[in-house]
Amino acid sequence: MDLSLSTRTVGDRTVVEVGGEIDVYTAPKLREQLVELVNDGSFHLVVDMEGVDFLDSTGLGVLVGGLKRVRAHEGSLRLVCNQERILKIFRITGLTKVFPIHTSVEEAVAATD
Amino acid sequence: MATVELRFSALPEHVRTARLVAAAVARRAGVDEAVLDEVRLAVGEACTRAVGLHQSAGISAPVRVSLIEEEKQFSIEVGDEAPHTVPGDKSPGAQGGADGVDVETEEDEMGLAVISGLVDDVEVTAGENGGLIRMSWPTTPPATLVS
Repeated sequence: MDLSLSTRTVGDRTVVEVGGEIDVYTAPKLREQLVELVNDGSFHLVVDMEGVDFLDSTGLGVLVGGLKRVRAHEGSLRLVCNQERILKIFRITGLTKVFPIHTSVEEAVAATD
Repeated sequence: MATVELRFSALPEHVRTARLVAAAVARRAGVDEAVLDEVRLAVGEACTRAVGLHQSAGISAPVRVSLIEEEKQFSIEVGDEAPHTVPGDKSPGAQGGADGVDVETEEDEMGLAVISGLVDDVEVTAGENGGLIRMSWPTTPPATLVS
């Protein structure tokens, strides 16, 4: 399975729905998408990971890169994920402290810290 | 000791194939279903790292993966042929431009961090002629039929 990406706007947030496998082969596509959004002025991103079957450190690197970019514009990058096997990778790497992780898109969109 | 060996050109698109093969052989060897996700992720990380090392050093040799079924454990060895420098050293062939080098180093370390977080039994060795990551998981022998 390849990577699928779709974006939609909810209020001032841009929701990026990701599906499939994020690995060394597909991660560049996600990186391009995030860079493009930030370049187009979308600085508040919600990345919906519910459709992700596989995530590795390359994917984590892209998400961290995205966070760095939006923060440069005082933006935010929130994740939506309920899958234990994906959450485990964020825990192992200590990234649960870096990313706000939400249980639903609605919750992520409403969150303001 | 039964072994399945896989050699693939250092290209990102083949890492997925390595993950699928490794998971299939691990399942057959008796690795617990609950651990297969970890096997898949760990072997993917090791192969991703090897592909990156080969690509940045311009090595045309393939990445080697050995899937080894032993009596009570299943082991995976991922070998690269990149000459390894002491951690912290700047590699001599490093391109000068931007911050590309540091990003690569960070990603390499993140991959190793994931592997060591996932796998209890892991050994990383490296020398002038390449590196090897060896990871092992316990296996459950097939249930014996009680008459």
